[in-house]
Amino acid sequence: MNPHRRSPLVIVSTVLVYFFLYVPVVVLVLFAFNSSKTNVNFEGFITQVGPTEIISGNVLQSPCGAFHWFCELAKNAEVRNATRNTLTIALISTFTSTIIGTLAAIALQRYNFKLKTFSEVSIYIPIVIPEIVMGIGILVLFSQLFTLLNGALNLSGDSQFTLGLGTVIVSHIAFSIPFVALVVRARLHGFDKSIEEASMDLGANELVTFWRVTLPSIMPGVLSGALLAFTLSLDDFVITFFTTGPGASTLPIYVYGLLRRIVTPQVNALSAVWILIILVAVFFTQRLQNRQT
Amino acid sequence: MLRKLREDKSFQGTTLISPTLLFMVGLLVIPLILTLVISFGSRAADGTVIYGFSFHNYVRLFGISTECTGGKTICFDPTYARILSRSLSLAFNTTVLAILMAYPLAYFIARAPSKKRNTFLFLILVPMWTNFVIRVYAWMMLLRTHGVINGVLGWLAGLFGIDFTPFEMLYTQGAVLVGMVYEFLPFMILPLYTSLEKIDLSLYEASADLGASPIRTFLRMTLPLSMPGVVSGTILVFVPVMGTFIVSDLLGGRQIVLIGNLIQNQFLIARDPTFGSAASIILMIMTLIVTYFYTRKFGLSEEIVGI
Repeated sequence: MNPHRRSPLVIVSTVLVYFFLYVPVVVLVLFAFNSSKTNVNFEGFITQVGPTEIISGNVLQSPCGAFHWFCELAKNAEVRNATRNTLTIALISTFTSTIIGTLAAIALQRYNFKLKTFSEVSIYIPIVIPEIVMGIGILVLFSQLFTLLNGALNLSGDSQFTLGLGTVIVSHIAFSIPFVALVVRARLHGFDKSIEEASMDLGANELVTFWRVTLPSIMPGVLSGALLAFTLSLDDFVITFFTTGPGASTLPIYVYGLLRRIVTPQVNALSAVWILIILVAVFFTQRLQNRQT
Repeated sequence: MLRKLREDKSFQGTTLISPTLLFMVGLLVIPLILTLVISFGSRAADGTVIYGFSFHNYVRLFGISTECTGGKTICFDPTYARILSRSLSLAFNTTVLAILMAYPLAYFIARAPSKKRNTFLFLILVPMWTNFVIRVYAWMMLLRTHGVINGVLGWLAGLFGIDFTPFEMLYTQGAVLVGMVYEFLPFMILPLYTSLEKIDLSLYEASADLGASPIRTFLRMTLPLSMPGVVSGTILVFVPVMGTFIVSDLLGGRQIVLIGNLIQNQFLIARDPTFGSAASIILMIMTLIVTYFYTRKFGLSEEIVGI
């Protein structure tokens, strides 16, 4: 009997589930090239290149040709601002949470200390409670704290503490740390301690051993933790929604705002670009990881 | 200090964990305590919180109302209790549907030749990399009355010369269910795959050699061995579905209000943070209870980490 043989039923359902997963993605990308401005029906591609010409909601001609909506997207100042915010938040929170989470993983895997049980429990909480509970909690904390501080320091106008990029960044760091810690810890779990002992026997001190032996060998774990933190931050809607303030909206928040009003194929163009960028990022991370291992 | 850091192992551990604890206490433990404190308070006319100790928000949430018609002082108002039970049943249905869809797929990948497995897994992750909000939008495009699905069906009907009235699919319970399954299906597939992949292929051969039918092999061997994956997947799907509000907001319209929508509404529109906090606490308790009993029954495995 061939162990790779699977029943036709399994194969058919597999194909159906892949179909279910991909139809929305294909539709999203296809409609990015829609000539219809209202984007309800697919009215065909924009075939003519030339000065923009729109007749009854249909784009007949555009300087960018079929890529009309991508050009409109690039011109959109709100999108540029939201992109800048999204990337700033993701980069800072990934960098910080990767370092903190890795340290936590080492502490939990290698050391015994007083608050260990408390730490383990608190690290699991963000995974087993809905995001909105944490988001609401942080919103309550900041609004009470800021009211208190603004009152006590007698601040007014622009110098007041308000929700914004700063509050979003610290919240993202907080919810990313547990995920980084869990991923790195899983890597540490399978780590052969004898190479560290060998390094110490050969005269390296603990710091050198960590830097030259331990860190390089857990690096794939650290990298996947960082990638996870980065994608979580990029994708996050709920926590950002409750911790953001005026002028600090991210792409998901911006898109959500659009969906409640009028949607042009710009949103589809944005999705297409988004998928492309993430695919490229993942491709490079994979290559980097393969080289490491 | 430095010497202590060099020699005291326990101190080293505490030092390494302290930044994490700072964040977890500051942005998780304290916020949760504050939410709890506020949930016992009441709302002032200007939307600020009057601290106090009363259970009236919880009482209201479970349906006992003091604003009654017909001169009664107390009556049953099922509005919020209905929202709670709707959220629970939707999370349950989503989880069951996700298991039914994810299992064959995870099984297929786990028994594929090992070189191809990564490609199949990669193909599952690609749709996940579009944004959460954008994925909901994709379903809006598919489901609306003049949307893609009705368009395709109408075109097919036209081919066969059948009259076709578009289905009303958007803003229904079904739309929310489909959207939720789509959003969280990969969280079911991945842990299931991890536990199915651990099953030694020779076990299938042994089972077949001993004369077990494929169905018997599945029920007596594959399913029990994959339970850790089912448990982790269930938690990873059930918990976020309970708290998500954009899927119901955009695909369910105003009709389908879930507990997430209630909380969001209380904080941002109705401006009653005390009632919103109570709903948030109840949401947390409900998910913790489900997770607790579920993991106690089946055990929490490391599959939950594997993502």
